[in-house]
Amino acid sequence: MGQEHPGPRGSELIAALKEARVEFVAALPDIWTSLGFLWPLSRDPAFRLIRLCKEDEGVSICSALAFCERRAILSMQYTGFLDSVNSIRGTAVNYNQPVCMLVGLLAKEPGVAPKDAKRYDIRITQGVVDAMGLDHLLIETSDDVPLLAPAIERAYERSRPLVAMIGREVRP
Amino acid sequence: MMRRDLAFRALAAVRGDAIVVSRYSAAFEWGAIAPSPLNYFGIGAMGQCSSFALGLALALPHHKIIVLDGDGSLLMNLGSLVTIAATGPQNLVHFVCENGAYEVNGGHPIPGRGRISFAEIARGAGYPHVFEFDDVTAFGAQIANVLALPGPVFGTLKLVAAGELDIEYSETGGGEQRRQFKEALKPLLAAPAR
Repeated sequence: MGQEHPGPRGSELIAALKEARVEFVAALPDIWTSLGFLWPLSRDPAFRLIRLCKEDEGVSICSALAFCERRAILSMQYTGFLDSVNSIRGTAVNYNQPVCMLVGLLAKEPGVAPKDAKRYDIRITQGVVDAMGLDHLLIETSDDVPLLAPAIERAYERSRPLVAMIGREVRP
Repeated sequence: MMRRDLAFRALAAVRGDAIVVSRYSAAFEWGAIAPSPLNYFGIGAMGQCSSFALGLALALPHHKIIVLDGDGSLLMNLGSLVTIAATGPQNLVHFVCENGAYEVNGGHPIPGRGRISFAEIARGAGYPHVFEFDDVTAFGAQIANVLALPGPVFGTLKLVAAGELDIEYSETGGGEQRRQFKEALKPLLAAPAR
């Protein structure tokens, strides 16, 4: 099953971030994105990687960078997203800040919408995203990656937060 | 112990064009003492003052960024001390206003009041320069030198508790204030300061 639905490549995600003129990446490692995305990104001189102790720090860091017209992304697992809800509410939503988040949906079944996932954790992540009215997209395969850069562009144009959910393990 | 207003007046005297990020009771008092469009008063999420300041420090590496954190706020985001120290912004000065109480939430004591040392925590987190001030005359005499050090710098301001505060939130940290802050940042983005 996994071979029939390979996840996106990290190089494709990194290229999309460059296309969207992202300079800073605030991150906590997520096993879903670690090998294919975060490790190569950590070695890419095009980005300044800020390693966080806790994900909600990244919401504020990205918000402050946006005030200064610098683009950033916060990369984390869905657990970190859930833990950061108050910060996202207060700092990104209420203040209309373009905080862009890459959220790994660890162990979501391939080809299944997050709202229909077997895992409670994944289902409520989609539910929280919807309840907060956050703009979002799902990246399952390489075919979805071209959606990312335009979504980040829109987030900055409209000054709205964005959640890009990573629905499969990212390949090197 | 110092009175917060007197400590803030000493800081305001040497603040120059530094950006000052603060929240809650520190923000209200600082805003009254040192009004400036380069003050940022985010009240949206407690504990996030230091992390927001780190973002500013990274974007504006040639401009001084001062944080006026609260002790209860910093306790909510202690990891930010490690993140800031590891990131190492030379332009960031992080003060915690230690009065031992949640002033805007009924005056309850913070956990560990009188036993914890924010200075020791910051030192252990990796801040290269750490200070504690409990005398406003000494603070006033040293503050300019403290601000001139390459950061990140950490300072505990030992303050007398002001008791329970009655705050009008709607006048602080609103949309118009954020718009003014963003406008004030624009010249700094175009031409980095000191």
